[in-house]
Amino acid sequence: MNASERQSACSRTGANRTPDSRAYGGEQGDWLGTRRRLAGFVHTLRDNGFRVGLGETRDALEILASPLASRASTTKPAFRSLFCATHSDWERFNEIFDAFWQGQGVRQARVLSGIAREGRAPARHLKDAGPRTGAPRLPDRVERRFDEGDAAGDSRGRREGASRFENLASTDLRHVVDPADIAQAHALATRLSRVMRARLVRRERVHRRGRRLDLRRTIHRNVSHGGTLVDLAWRRRKIRPLRLVFLLDASGSMSLYTAFFVRFLHGIVDAFRESEAFVFHTRLAHVSASLRDRDVARAVDKLALMAQGIGGGTKIGESLATFNRWHARRVINSRTAVMIVSDGYDTGAPEQLGEEMRHLRRRCRRIIWLNPLIGWRDYTPQARGMQAALPYIDLFAPAHNLESLAALEPYLARI
Amino acid sequence: MTLSRDDISDRLAAVGYIADHDVATALWLMDFLKRPLLLEGEAGVGKTEVAKALAAVHGAELIRLQCYEGLDQNAALYEWNYQRQLLAIKTREGADTDAIEEHIFSERYLLERPLLAAIRREKPPVLLVDEVDRADEEFEAFLLELLSDFQVSIPELGTIKATSIPRVVLTSNGTRELSDALRRRCLYHYVDFPDVDREAKIIITRTPGIDTSLALQIARMVASVRREDLRKVPGVAESLDWAATLAGLDLHDLRQEPELVYETMLCLLKTREDRSRLTREVTERLLGKVA
Repeated sequence: MNASERQSACSRTGANRTPDSRAYGGEQGDWLGTRRRLAGFVHTLRDNGFRVGLGETRDALEILASPLASRASTTKPAFRSLFCATHSDWERFNEIFDAFWQGQGVRQARVLSGIAREGRAPARHLKDAGPRTGAPRLPDRVERRFDEGDAAGDSRGRREGASRFENLASTDLRHVVDPADIAQAHALATRLSRVMRARLVRRERVHRRGRRLDLRRTIHRNVSHGGTLVDLAWRRRKIRPLRLVFLLDASGSMSLYTAFFVRFLHGIVDAFRESEAFVFHTRLAHVSASLRDRDVARAVDKLALMAQGIGGGTKIGESLATFNRWHARRVINSRTAVMIVSDGYDTGAPEQLGEEMRHLRRRCRRIIWLNPLIGWRDYTPQARGMQAALPYIDLFAPAHNLESLAALEPYLARI
Repeated sequence: MTLSRDDISDRLAAVGYIADHDVATALWLMDFLKRPLLLEGEAGVGKTEVAKALAAVHGAELIRLQCYEGLDQNAALYEWNYQRQLLAIKTREGADTDAIEEHIFSERYLLERPLLAAIRREKPPVLLVDEVDRADEEFEAFLLELLSDFQVSIPELGTIKATSIPRVVLTSNGTRELSDALRRRCLYHYVDFPDVDREAKIIITRTPGIDTSLALQIARMVASVRREDLRKVPGVAESLDWAATLAGLDLHDLRQEPELVYETMLCLLKTREDRSRLTREVTERLLGKVA
């Protein structure tokens, strides 16, 4: 179908609010309008964490020019198949689609009169119209830390000199306030995660000794010797590296620590090929994809968007249930260590948390619970949620400063 | 041959596949955009069935590649028949070596594996790459290359171009995260457990001589069993087994014989733990809701 045919196809369909019927009033520029709105939709999808490339956009245009576009009931599933790549995309797609195209339809009457602002408007519109409107937007955590810095006191982290680095390592993360200090702390976290990985991989290499003769390959190799076996081919057991799954509590009670841990997570996800990261507060979000962004600041920004809902309660049990139900099978294998970073203040039922921890325990190799509160003097795990979870935890460790994180490394290497 | 979307959905029905509404769209898009289709979903929701139905719709051959850990090119693409080659060498000992080489690296000694077979058919077949998540990442990368070029180079023979482009369906159970590249290359469809009506229809089509009312009851019961907290959620195959069992036992109403229902539930529950979780009391409670 060429461009002019497309145009006529467009104008044949009547005015409606769904993309299929392409309600762009005027005769001229219909196809242009469609393209622009499609670009807006793609933009919205990207904002929502979909991985959409040029190829998809091009194919979407083809779909719009195909018979499928004649009905909303077929356009939506077609777009859904095209744009989604994972189950979580699949779950969210309809909501985004409806919000964009139908919400868009309402303001269309105005836009039609020839103002070409569609490209931008929808993104904003969808965010406003989305179901998460109720939750307050998550502020940029890093900046927030700076703000608190003035209040929390300048007495710490300002010392100069040779011991400065060490000093930083033992400072409670809450008190790391100077922007330069924060940057250094992040660098240390990134380096730590790299060291962890290097150790683990080296260890694995030493153990690669399982040997078996690969008969098929041996014969293949020796065809050139007329079938006399000269070169032998061996088979070695491939050992998978340790996989780390991070579950980070981003609730209000943890807010002093989240900015730091998000950076730490970024370091881990960046360094470990096999790692997955999740953030939870009242619901669970899979954030590995956003964290893979090489630009830390952008990754943290993206994460901030996904982790909206800060300040509400923490539903650890429910979040774990979501994890067990939808993600565990994919991200957990027998060499997986699950690391939960949380203070254990759960607003859900402790029984549920206990139950879900039990399920999780059965699947993975180790559960490590990092609790920043342990670093506080006189802390005992009194929170009911914490109590319920304790029996299933292999390592219950502090995570209030960089030293405590570094202390984890030998433990991980032994898993 | 291009079929319209409605043709596909009609034909799906004709071959006995009770599709959820959007599957037909996805199958049509496969042809339209020339992209493979990636199906995800829990075990037992009927992902493989989609590929079988697609083959039936197009009257095409179904070539299946079952993936497993350690699957390599030899098992997936092609392999030389070494035993025969060796025999040929032995029997021709003393002959011109070039001639022997020419002979043993000819197509006669080439063993076609599913991927090669799929691109060498006259009529485009349906290639089902089952449980692609079980294969290694290296294999996934290789598969991606094949899916974009549709040609295979065999060092001893040269490049083999596809004579027909197969329709490719990949399924994944989610035991491993697939690469972004593969996901983006494919259309995506998440196959969910069928809703009660659809499952009842499936039961009726697949179980000869079953009452409509019983099928509906079974579908409702299975749906509520799935909502229980089980380790192995029963799939469609399990509910078909159960339906066949109950029909075989000449039952017409689940409420008549709760004891029989409880006993035959072992068709649905495949672990001891699940079995002990669905006690008689739980079963009766579920039955009460079904009725």
